[in-house]
Amino acid sequence: MLFQDIVFWILSVLAIGGALGVVMVPDLFRAALLLILVFIAVAGFFILLSAEFLAVVQVLIYVGAIAILIIFAVMLTRDVQRGNLPNRLQIPAAVFAALLLAALVTVAVDTKWEFLPADQQARVDLVQTSAVTTLTGEVLTEQGVTSPEDQAEVQEAGLADLLISDYVLPFEAVSVLLLAALIGALVLVRPNPGTGRG
Amino acid sequence: MSFEAFMIVSAVLFCIGLYGSLARRNVLAVLMSIELMFNGVNVTLVAMAKYLAPAALQDDISSVLTGQVFAVFIITVAAAEIALGLGIVFAMYRTNESVDLTEATQLRH
Repeated sequence: MLFQDIVFWILSVLAIGGALGVVMVPDLFRAALLLILVFIAVAGFFILLSAEFLAVVQVLIYVGAIAILIIFAVMLTRDVQRGNLPNRLQIPAAVFAALLLAALVTVAVDTKWEFLPADQQARVDLVQTSAVTTLTGEVLTEQGVTSPEDQAEVQEAGLADLLISDYVLPFEAVSVLLLAALIGALVLVRPNPGTGRG
Repeated sequence: MSFEAFMIVSAVLFCIGLYGSLARRNVLAVLMSIELMFNGVNVTLVAMAKYLAPAALQDDISSVLTGQVFAVFIITVAAAEIALGLGIVFAMYRTNESVDLTEATQLRH
């Protein structure tokens, strides 16, 4: 537990420091690099929360695709070195964000969360692990899941099963959304046939 | 490393992103701040999936992965959003020769 605590605090400092850098650093390119740092720290949080699949997806999609796209866009536009100027709304925005933060922290600390019982926590961890790896019967027996029905239940639970059973409609909707967004992006950046420019 | 600590860190990430998206003039900085907000929300969802007990847990153990499913959806929508957002940024840069949001006033009457 102590090791996990240390990792958590290091990741928190990286994430929050990087996020502050993204909104404060005047050089837009450095801001994009700090954004990558935040993404990697969040991937570390996912591993701490035993969501290994999401951590991999986070690195692949956010660090591998989104951050690269943003860096491309930064390079293709001018005024990179002093591009991150504040607008007139700076002080109201800071006050609003601080008030929202105070409200969220109050809610997080004050609410009586209904936590999982300790005996269930172990099973939940097993289920979350079974989303990325196949658990054999011996491992499950070691972890205290002995009856065959329970073992089958834990083994069958997985992210993919949930995606194509309970959440199949949002899954399809999100696929169509992604396709539409990509076609829309292509149309937006396509040069105008008449002039050769947009 | 408690549940509340995760909630507080993700709230901080979200609020920094909110401040950045409201207070910056460069549209790329605004897009980056929106990504920060997405990440804050994702951490909240995954932390809740790990620590909290949904009522459906009694019937179906695999429902503990619901929070992760939502996080997958958010990551997909974020990818769509950034592709479209950067398309708009390029179109804006071609017409305006600038990515300053205060100069993008063509739609204003």
